[in-house]
Amino acid sequence: MSAPTLPANAGSSPDSAGHYGRYGGRFVPEALVAALDELDLAYRTALTDESFQAEFGTMLREYANIPSLLYRAERLSAEVGARILLKREDLNHTGAHKIRNVLGQALLTKRMGKPRVIAETGAGQHGVATATAAAYLDLECVVYMGEVDTQRQALNVARMRMLGATVVPVTSGSRTLKDAMNEAMRDWVANVDRTHYIIGSTAGPHPFPAMVRDFVRGIGVEARQQSLDLDGKLPDAVAACVGGGSNALGIFHAFVPDDDVRLYGFEAGGDGVETGRHAASITGGSSGVLHGARTYVLQDEDGQTRESHSISAGLDYPGVGPEHAWLHDIGRARYAPVTDAEAMSAFQLLCRTEGIIPAIESAHALAGTLKIIPALTAELGRKPTILVNLSGRGDKDVHTAGEYFGILDGEQA
Amino acid sequence: MAVAFEKARAEGRAVLIGCMPAGFPTVEGSIAAMTAMVSAGVDVIEVEIPYSDPVMDGPVIQRASDIALAGGVRTADTLRIIEAVAGTGAPVVTMTYWNPIERYGVDAFARDLSAAGGTGLITPDLIPEEAGEWLAASEAYGLDRTFLVAPSSTDERLAMTVGHCRGFVYATALMGVTGARERTSDAAPTLVSRVRAVTGLPVGVGLGVGNGVQAAEVGRYADGVIVGSALIRCLLDTPDEATGLAALRTLSAELAEGVRAVQR
Ligand SMILES: Cc1ncc(COP(=O)(O)O)c(C=O)c1O
Repeated sequence: MSAPTLPANAGSSPDSAGHYGRYGGRFVPEALVAALDELDLAYRTALTDESFQAEFGTMLREYANIPSLLYRAERLSAEVGARILLKREDLNHTGAHKIRNVLGQALLTKRMGKPRVIAETGAGQHGVATATAAAYLDLECVVYMGEVDTQRQALNVARMRMLGATVVPVTSGSRTLKDAMNEAMRDWVANVDRTHYIIGSTAGPHPFPAMVRDFVRGIGVEARQQSLDLDGKLPDAVAACVGGGSNALGIFHAFVPDDDVRLYGFEAGGDGVETGRHAASITGGSSGVLHGARTYVLQDEDGQTRESHSISAGLDYPGVGPEHAWLHDIGRARYAPVTDAEAMSAFQLLCRTEGIIPAIESAHALAGTLKIIPALTAELGRKPTILVNLSGRGDKDVHTAGEYFGILDGEQA
Repeated sequence: MAVAFEKARAEGRAVLIGCMPAGFPTVEGSIAAMTAMVSAGVDVIEVEIPYSDPVMDGPVIQRASDIALAGGVRTADTLRIIEAVAGTGAPVVTMTYWNPIERYGVDAFARDLSAAGGTGLITPDLIPEEAGEWLAASEAYGLDRTFLVAPSSTDERLAMTVGHCRGFVYATALMGVTGARERTSDAAPTLVSRVRAVTGLPVGVGLGVGNGVQAAEVGRYADGVIVGSALIRCLLDTPDEATGLAALRTLSAELAEGVRAVQR
C-alpha cells in the first residue's frame, strides 16, 4: 500500500460553519472564535497542501507504524460464527489510533507557528500520545487530567512526565474527563496566541470534529483497500466503539458511501443503560450543547451534565462527536450500548483465542459485534464478514482487568 | 435597563453591575445577597444560572455554582429569584451558558424570564451565528441580548456581534476566565473604543475588577463596570451568613463609591 495521506474528499460533510444537520457548530466564548477561524484555515489549507500531506504521511509511516495491519482473526472467527477482520490500531506507536490525530494536529501547530500544545485526557491515552508528539516535534506540552483519573491511571501520568509533559490534576466538578476538558478550554482562552488545544476526539467546536476525523480517517481508507485486496469485496459490516467517536469515524468514514456496508457504533453501557450508570450518550442521552457543539449529551432535566460511568476510562464521557449524532439520526450508522460485563467477556475471549490483549474500549467494539452476529447472519442468509476496529491495546488496562477478573496477586478470591 | 444607564450617564458615571449565581449559597440566601447588593448601591444585578460546565468561569464562580447545584437549585428557582430581586426595583439581567436554556426551551424561557421581570440574557457561549432561536424569542418577548466581544474579535466580527446586541454590549477585557485580578486589563480601553466606533449602545466591561479603585479606573472609560468573583468571594470565605452579607455590603458600597469617584 502507498503512504496514507489525507484524501481529496476529506472535509466534505459538514457545512462551512461545521453543522451536521442540526448538530455541531460552535458554542464557544467569543474569545476563541478567532483561534477557531485560524485553525479552520490552517486545516483546510493543509488538506490540499502536498508538502503537509507528504510530511504527515512520512510521520505516520516511519514513526508511528502506519498503515496498521488488517488481521484475519481465525480462531476467534471459528468461535463466534462470523468472519472477523481486525484493524490492528493497537500496533501503532503509543498503542492506539489516537497517534494519527495527534501527529496531524501537532504538525498543524508547527505550521501555525505556535510553540505550545495543551490536551485533556481521561485514561491518559490521548495525553500520552500528545506528550509523545510534543517530544517528537519539540513543542511545550501541558496535559489536563481529572484528579480521579490521575489516581486511576498513575502509570500514564508517569509516562507523560517521562516524555517531558506537565500533567495538571483537575480538581473542579467531577474531577474526570469532562472537567479536564473544561480546564483545557480555560487555558486555551487565556493563552490562545501561543497555544494550540489538541482535542483528543471528534468532539468540540468546529473545525475540531471534521479536522480530527480527517486525520484519523486513514483507518477506514486503509481497511477498505485491505479488505478489497484480501477478499476482492467489502465487508458486510464495520464495527467500532464510540467514546467521543474518533476511532469509529476513522474507520466508518471511507465506508459511508458504500450503502451495503452496515456501520455499527458501540457505546459504553456501564452497568446497563436502564440503571442510569452508563456513558451511552446516543442511546441513553438527549440533544444538547456540551463542550462547544450541539450533540447527544447525558444531562438532567435542567440541562446540567450528568456523570458518565464505564469500566473503560476512554469511553467514560457524557457527550459524543456531532457527526455521530447526525449519522444516527439519518440512520446511516446504528448505535447500541454494551455493558461493562459484556465488554470484559469479549476482552477475555480475544486474549484466549488470539493472544491479543485489547484496550477495554476496543473490547466494547468486539462485544457489540458478538451481539449482532445472529441477526446479521439471518439477514444475509450466510456467515457475515465483520471488520472490527481494534482501536488500542490493553497494556494500560492490565490493572483494571486484573482486578475485574480477580487475578492480581494478593487479590484473588 | 436603559433607564439605569441613562440615569448613570446623567450623573456622569458608570453603572455598577454585580453578579451572583442563583441559588448560592441557597435560594433564599442568594435573594438576600442580591437584595443587600442593591441596598448598598449596586445598580444592576446579574443573576448567573449555575451550570455544571462553566468554561468561561474561574475557580470562584465555579465553586459557587457547584454549591448552588449541590443544593439542588433548578432553572425554575432561578426564575423565582429573578422575580424576587426585580421586585427591589433594580434591573435584573441573566447570564447563562446555553445548554440550560436549550433544555428549558428557548421560547418558553424567554416567555418566563419576561414574566419574571428579567431584562434579558448575557450569553457567554452563544455567538450570533448559533443564536437563531434566541434572536426570534428575544424579539417576541422584548428582551435584551448581550453577546460578548473580545480583544481577539476581528473588526468585521465585532461589528456583526454588536449589531445583534440590544440593551448593552459586554466587552471581555481579558483573554481569560472570570476572577478578580491585581491589575485590570490594558486591552479593555482599546476594546471599548472599538465597540464605540460601531454602536451607540452602552458598553459593560467585565473580568478582573475586585475593588473600588479598579471600579473607578474601569468606570472612566466604560458605561458599565461588571463585578462577579470579588463579590461572590465575600460569601465563600465566610464563617457564617451574617458575616458574609456584611462583607458583601461593604464591598458593594466600596465599588459603588468607586464608580462615583470619577466624573466623565
Ligand atoms: C484505545 C481507545 N479506543 C477508543 C477510545 C475512545 O475514543 P474515541 O471514541 O474518540 O475513539 C480511546 C480513548 O481514550 C482509546 O484509548
